[in-house]
Amino acid sequence: MSIAQQKILLYAVILVLGIGGPLIFPNYTFQISVLWVMILFALTWDILGGQMGYNSLGNIFFFGVGMYTCALVQVGLYTDVSVYTSATGGANLRLTPEEYFIGLGLGAFAGAIVASIFAVIFGWVVFGLRGPYFAIGTLGFTLAAGELVGAWEWVGGGGGIALPVYPGPPDERSLLFNFLCFILAVIAFLTVKWMYAGQFGLAANAIRDDEEKAEAMGIHTLRYKTVGWTIAAFFLGISGAIFGNMVGFIEPLEVAFPTVTFGIFMVVMCLLGGKGTLWGPVVGAALFHIFKEVTWTYMLGWQWVALGALIIILVVFFQQGVMGWLQEKWPSRFGITVDENVVAKKSSEAAQ
Amino acid sequence: MLDNIYLLIQAPLLNVQILLDGLFVGSIFALAAYGLALVWGVMNVKNLAQGDFVIMGGYTAWLLSTWGIHPIFGLPIAMVLMFGFGWVVYVVIIRRVIDKDMFTSLLATFGLALVIQQLLNLAFGPEVQVAESHFAINSFFDGLVTVANIKFISLLLAAGLAAMVVGFMKFSRMGQAIRATAQDARAAKVMGIDTDRIYAFTFSLNAAICGAAGALISMIWVIQPFFGIGHSIRSFVVVTAAGLGNLPGVIIAGLSLGGAELYSGFVFGAELQQFSVVALLVIVLAVRQVQQRRHRQAVK
Repeated sequence: MSIAQQKILLYAVILVLGIGGPLIFPNYTFQISVLWVMILFALTWDILGGQMGYNSLGNIFFFGVGMYTCALVQVGLYTDVSVYTSATGGANLRLTPEEYFIGLGLGAFAGAIVASIFAVIFGWVVFGLRGPYFAIGTLGFTLAAGELVGAWEWVGGGGGIALPVYPGPPDERSLLFNFLCFILAVIAFLTVKWMYAGQFGLAANAIRDDEEKAEAMGIHTLRYKTVGWTIAAFFLGISGAIFGNMVGFIEPLEVAFPTVTFGIFMVVMCLLGGKGTLWGPVVGAALFHIFKEVTWTYMLGWQWVALGALIIILVVFFQQGVMGWLQEKWPSRFGITVDENVVAKKSSEAAQ
Repeated sequence: MLDNIYLLIQAPLLNVQILLDGLFVGSIFALAAYGLALVWGVMNVKNLAQGDFVIMGGYTAWLLSTWGIHPIFGLPIAMVLMFGFGWVVYVVIIRRVIDKDMFTSLLATFGLALVIQQLLNLAFGPEVQVAESHFAINSFFDGLVTVANIKFISLLLAAGLAAMVVGFMKFSRMGQAIRATAQDARAAKVMGIDTDRIYAFTFSLNAAICGAAGALISMIWVIQPFFGIGHSIRSFVVVTAAGLGNLPGVIIAGLSLGGAELYSGFVFGAELQQFSVVALLVIVLAVRQVQQRRHRQAVK
């Protein structure tokens, strides 16, 4: 089989898994949906983290923004938000299917737009920061956002919001959200693939390798960084909207702005799969999610210790990730030509 | 919120109380931040587990106090134990990430922070703890301003410790070697300094400083397994605002952070106290960024 045929086969398998997965394993529909969301997390994190070298610890901020915006639109279209949220997390709002889907569609769209606007505004502030300052600054405003939303009574404060009830049977609901997550992940994948293939990918890698030189070569670095971040925020906003509706109940610290869970998972998944590659985040997210779901419940409180240890081990011993390791092992399979002279020179430098 | 501001204007002595409390906790923030700046400046490692080291020191002092050892005597024990712990962490983790890019050390120490806070949570539970010192509480101005004796003692201890560390860095042979390594690690190596040992010692010294800061925090404030990240962010705020190698700046920034935090906790309510710390970080970073942008430079 040629490489092109193998690629087609790979895409076909993913398509079959994506559509057939929840039909074959109906008990795992929710887990499969979360897997698609995880893949989307890793893909969007890698736009900045892997390709541009801007390692954000706060991308989950846009997820929470999308989630809350969507919830507010969904509720606000049909009732008064403050009355709704003050009744202990919201009285159950019964909607007709038509009302529900209009609310969901508008909410997801608004979530994506608001998240993108936030990305532009925050990008203007944080893109002057480099390396650790960028990581800590983004971590800082995500933590701040969670605390702030938690103290904001109008949106339910720390108690959160219960989203409108889905007008239909629960099986249909979980299938619908599963396919929404799948479609979103596929669109995100195709978008980043298209971006990396063109001028954006080249500029992004130039910024990662040496930002000053890239700027000197006439690349408008701030513009590229903002565009990359805004696209990530757009997808994260929609995924937040869908995820919030899938869970049915949102609150600021654990669901909407989960800095130490999802926010860190996306970094870990990219590292595991190999950051700066197209398939790395996908592979890493799949491996991490399956590993996590299989082992988590057996660890009885030790799972967070295991997560921390996993981060340390990944960072210290396995920085290139699965895809990076494969590329090193079989460079020709990835269309990379290796200059033996450069390799020899590098290894002799390392020996010194 | 406006009621609280009105209250502050009506009862000026309340300001004295808040400022004093801010001074006492701020001195400890400055101590922990000095340790962070030390490791940052010498080894170029950004230790996100700084706050968790502090909390570890706090739990050591608290545990000893439940066994009947007074927390003031628990403080040196916490320092020694944390020194050893720091050495182990250096050998196991930090040594391997020290020459990699900066995000690596940040992420590795973040993983370490997760491990520490979760282990503390498993060992001691999520309750808030205080190491009781059983000292008298003094009242001033007819009881409007109260200050526990332990707070004065902790301020003196923090100042004394800081002076000792500064003196050590300045006059001892080891301190000279550390400063030489910070200036130029390669040249120091050529001069016969074992830089690997210097790094190990610096990191352990930082852990010991954190242990002392934690023991003080457990006496005058509260500790809890998940408070570590807050202390890490406070240290970063102080160091970012003061810059590296700027000791007076660290002290001033630490004290003002303590004051600012307690003021905002009073004005906006306790649930926004944590928020105000993080918001300060974002503000400090934004201000630094705007300053640098004027010179067409980035905050590195």
